[in-house]
Amino acid sequence: MRGQDIPMPNQTALLPNTVRFRTLLQRSETTRGFALLSPTLLIMTVGILIPIGILVAMSFWTQVGFDFDTTLTTKNYQLAMDRPIYGALLRRSLWMSGMATIATVILSYPMAYFVAFHIHRNKMMWIVLITLPFWTSYLLRVFAWKVVLGYQGVINSALMALGLIDAPLEFLLYSQSAVVITLAHAWAAFAILPMYVSLEKIDKSLLEAATDLGDGPVARFLRITLPLSLPGVISACLLIFIPTTGDYITPTLLGGPDGAMIGNLIQKQFGAVNNWPMGATLSIILILSIGAISLSFMAFANFVRKRIS
Amino acid sequence: MRKQLIQKVNDPMTKTDAFISIRNVNKFFGKFQAINDVSIDIGHGEFFSLLGSSGCGKTTLLRMLAGFENPTSGEIYIDGQPMSGVPPHHRPVNMVFQSYAIFPHLNVRDNIAYGLRKQKLSRSKRNAMVDEMLDLIKLPDYGDRKANQLSGGQRQRIALARSLILRPKVLLLDEPLGALDKQLREQMQLELRALQKTVGITFVFVTHDQEEALTLSDRIAVMSNGRDLQVDTPTRLYESPMDREVASFIGTMNFFDGTVKALTDGGAEIETAGIGDVYTTNIPPSLTPGQSVSVAIRPEKLTLSSDGHGGSNTVKGRLDNAAYLGERSHYYVSVDGVPQPVAVSAQNRQRANGNAESQRPVWLSWDDNAFVVLGNG
Ligand SMILES: Nc1ncnc2c1ncn2[C@@H]1O[C@H](COP(=O)(O)OP(=O)(O)O)[C@@H](O)[C@H]1O
Ligand SMILES: [Mg+2]
Repeated sequence: MRGQDIPMPNQTALLPNTVRFRTLLQRSETTRGFALLSPTLLIMTVGILIPIGILVAMSFWTQVGFDFDTTLTTKNYQLAMDRPIYGALLRRSLWMSGMATIATVILSYPMAYFVAFHIHRNKMMWIVLITLPFWTSYLLRVFAWKVVLGYQGVINSALMALGLIDAPLEFLLYSQSAVVITLAHAWAAFAILPMYVSLEKIDKSLLEAATDLGDGPVARFLRITLPLSLPGVISACLLIFIPTTGDYITPTLLGGPDGAMIGNLIQKQFGAVNNWPMGATLSIILILSIGAISLSFMAFANFVRKRIS
Repeated sequence: MRKQLIQKVNDPMTKTDAFISIRNVNKFFGKFQAINDVSIDIGHGEFFSLLGSSGCGKTTLLRMLAGFENPTSGEIYIDGQPMSGVPPHHRPVNMVFQSYAIFPHLNVRDNIAYGLRKQKLSRSKRNAMVDEMLDLIKLPDYGDRKANQLSGGQRQRIALARSLILRPKVLLLDEPLGALDKQLREQMQLELRALQKTVGITFVFVTHDQEEALTLSDRIAVMSNGRDLQVDTPTRLYESPMDREVASFIGTMNFFDGTVKALTDGGAEIETAGIGDVYTTNIPPSLTPGQSVSVAIRPEKLTLSSDGHGGSNTVKGRLDNAAYLGERSHYYVSVDGVPQPVAVSAQNRQRANGNAESQRPVWLSWDDNAFVVLGNG
């Protein structure tokens, strides 16, 4: 392969500059790697590092009317620590999205398992079907759940029509459970796909070998399938936990007062309250908490994987 | 159907001391018939091989013994028990997979001990058994390695140990040496054979390598297109193949068309077109004078010489071609009246000088009984 790219001497004489550049580019794996990465690196730098830089800087400023006082101060962080509402909302957010993550992963695993092991034809169609809910807007999906869970919603009317309940179940809407249910549905594809990929990768002869060595279906699942699909489960957890913690649309529409999350508070700081530096501070705190939790989760998962293997 | 088969097996005439009994097994994948009415008996402690070219159904048959596929019809008995409806994890057999299927998330020790979990052994007893296995496969210091830190040969041995530790009644091996290089393969063949003698377990071994099958096996079933052509010892398969297909699958064979001239005390005189009359006692049971047959001879049973003498068991030809292979040479000799050049294999007892001149006249000769008569097919 690489032999083709090495220019013949006479060609070097003809096209010295381009060829020399190409040779240089192809000489080292690292250079080539960076060359391939460069568009991504560019977008990452512009799209992520700069906004975060601005956010960090702003979190040390102070809001004065419609202007910023750019003297650096840790006052915002102080405030965030002191006012119990911030901490409470943060803990609740982490808790709710933790619940949503667990629910999503548990509900999605069988789906991923089914497609990986029991679908032999048209797998691609199934994958497309799984992403189908994503073809409509996130907002619409959340509204749909409002219709399902509402006082006059599908579930309540059905249960009342059946005579199982007299009054609408209030905990269904405007509660933490409503938010968790909706998040679990809205993010299901993000859980199914990585778990599907890692289940699909499992060599089927490993499963046969486990059966051959005396494992029934349950033992085989616990000893082979589950451990080998753990990377997918971990990715799924992170993929759902990280974005849902900061979500504010679902809690706004379905959470009610009990279901508000830190995202709602941050949104308010940048909107109605008009305290951008405080919003920036809360965002940074959220990023750090998510980072800390994700890292400890990965460490824990790694530890578990070492133990069971 | 089923009842009838069981009766057939219990019938003293058909009841053998077979440990594994494959009875009229057919297997269809959709419309495609992968196994076509196969009946094979395998004895206790036997090293039995299924030999055939790729796609002839060896793996399918083995997987039916293991329980991963079910026969479309027919029955398999292991140790007297009918196996239909018995799931793989309840069968007294273990399998060494073609890909070895070493569990990647477990180390060597845990791979080997995998099947012991059910036996509820104490930790020390289990460790002792694993140690014993590691010694047996000559990898005593590899217990803590992961699967991706092992070579092909090592994986193969671990797959073997993982099955053997359970002391199965039957060990099924699906081309276990196929992925190894020639040298390692030959070494593993010797070890496998020695191991089988040590543990005394019945081996059913799948291979497409005829040399491997001949070296290792007590008996071999030659398969083609889902059928078992001949089940016999290596010697008999090589020396007295039943038909042309078996004869040409195992080793090289020269075929000549002929007619039975006379039957004399246990042998037959066959008249052939190109090489005159041949006499042999290697004949199929029902042969009648006048019947047209094929006679066949192995290349190494022919002698090549440059100075000829007339008389019986000899024929004159021209040397077409010679291939020097080091320890032996292959010669191709054209003989009048024989469509294909006759292959001759001779050991190079003298130092070769590399100038086997083409088209020179040569004489082929053979002993009585060097030929085998095949039913014409
Ligand atoms: N699960 C299956 N579905 C359809 N056809 C199969 C299946 N397994 C094997 N076959 C077919 O059966 C034939 C025999 O296969 P196999 O037993 O694997 O051959 P071998 O091991 O002798 O190479 C092949 O033609 C193969 O394509
Ligand atoms: Mg095969």
